[in-house]
Amino acid sequence: MSTSPGVAIVGVGQTGLPDAQGRTELTLQAQAAVAALADAGLTTADVDAIFTASNDMSWIPSVLVAEYLGIDAKYSDSTNIGGSSFEAHVGHAAAAINAGLCEVALITYGSTQRSRRSRTLGASGPVRMTAQFQDPFGLPLPVGAYALAARRHMHLYGTTPEQLAQVAVDARGWAQLNPLAKMREPLSVADVLASPMITDPLHLLDCCLVTDGAGAVVVTGATVSRQLRKPPVWVLGHGTAHTHATIGSMGHLTQPSSTDSGARAFAMAGVTPAEIDVAEIYDSFTITPILSLETLGFCGPGEGGPFVVDRGTGPAGGFPMNTTGGGLSFAHPGMFGIFLLIEAVAQLRGEADARQVAGASLALAHGTGGALSSSATVILGRD
Amino acid sequence: MDPGPVRPTPQPDADTAEFWAATLDGRLRIQRCSACQRYIHYPRIVCPWCMSDDLGFEDVSGRGVVYSYTLVHRAPAAFADEAPYLVALVDLDVGVRMLTRLVGVPTDVDVIDLPVQVTFRPMSDTAALPFFEPQP
Repeated sequence: MSTSPGVAIVGVGQTGLPDAQGRTELTLQAQAAVAALADAGLTTADVDAIFTASNDMSWIPSVLVAEYLGIDAKYSDSTNIGGSSFEAHVGHAAAAINAGLCEVALITYGSTQRSRRSRTLGASGPVRMTAQFQDPFGLPLPVGAYALAARRHMHLYGTTPEQLAQVAVDARGWAQLNPLAKMREPLSVADVLASPMITDPLHLLDCCLVTDGAGAVVVTGATVSRQLRKPPVWVLGHGTAHTHATIGSMGHLTQPSSTDSGARAFAMAGVTPAEIDVAEIYDSFTITPILSLETLGFCGPGEGGPFVVDRGTGPAGGFPMNTTGGGLSFAHPGMFGIFLLIEAVAQLRGEADARQVAGASLALAHGTGGALSSSATVILGRD
Repeated sequence: MDPGPVRPTPQPDADTAEFWAATLDGRLRIQRCSACQRYIHYPRIVCPWCMSDDLGFEDVSGRGVVYSYTLVHRAPAAFADEAPYLVALVDLDVGVRMLTRLVGVPTDVDVIDLPVQVTFRPMSDTAALPFFEPQP
């Protein structure tokens, strides 16, 4: 039995994918929020708690988004632990709602990193604090951190570039069923391996996209949830963990903290990995979901590569994963975690159109942030 | 005209000045906790293992093994003229891990577990960078 009973996602919305078309990340978030509230049958007047993470929009992003939307908040959370922030926000919202601190939580994210060409691979000039032991060595970030993990995984377990590439190929299979996906051309393992090497062993097509986009999720308690437009999608379990910020401080590069966040989420939900019908697992790079599949318990240590190839994670496979096309082929506005939640909800509601996993009743959304730094897992179910 | 990106340069501070000053003399000095005896990298004000603030620096052998590595092709802008190059994590024999560069190492074979030793590269008037090369 879940220890966070009666908290549900009741609305989701997204916009600006893959191109903001001149809108700012603040505008995009407001539009996604309005869409999510309309989806739930709520208005901004009902919202009393706001959750936002931002890379660069504002130093007080939850406060800014609330102001823009005319929301007076009595609970506010700008936690940023990287791409997994929004799974963590769901956990924080569930705890706050269960504690009676708020009733209707709005979680938002938006980015215009593609329009503004704001992505860089590294710093320049004098570097301070922990970065002084990292940036002077020229590791492109974040991709280099994941390449170090991939290389270690290959060394320990014999994982191959072809197995890594299969993650991207399967994601593309789903993207071909998603009209919103940025990359919809057919893709083969050979195509991935022929794409330019970024930092060995990760090729260009082992890496997520750089797009704009925004998403929003509305979370409420049981009583409110049952009065709204759509059937509630219950938050059955959640867990968050982080172990390090810089890759040099990570203990075992093949064992991220998803071991911990996943174990606690599954225990809280009272379900096992084998019961999950559809998995949305952050695919910042092809190695990322392979590590997560192992640490979340879908397969054993070192078995992630063969699991992807043998089970199949694409539309024809036995393990539906990243059914939008993921960060690799759908969209990746800097922090993808909120879109994992939005798709898990679509799947559980039966609203996923051509990419619908038949009869999906239990879904997992798992975010990874930073340099394999943070993990946050949410397990969702329907009545 | 845009002069282009400047190489990122360590900016020593109260925690790190002793580490970087030693690099100018070709010495690798690693922080060590007097309470729990564990070595610490990067240097800081409190021991991450036992919370003691009784910390000092010791010269170490500079020997270790490669924990993992990546051959960087698409470098950050400030390093574009150096690519491809090897960035690695090296586990020193005193039990700390350092992000670093490998030099004099083949780029087409698996070099994880390769024994390596420190070699310094001039960087600025306040720091030399500890790179690693194969042990003889």
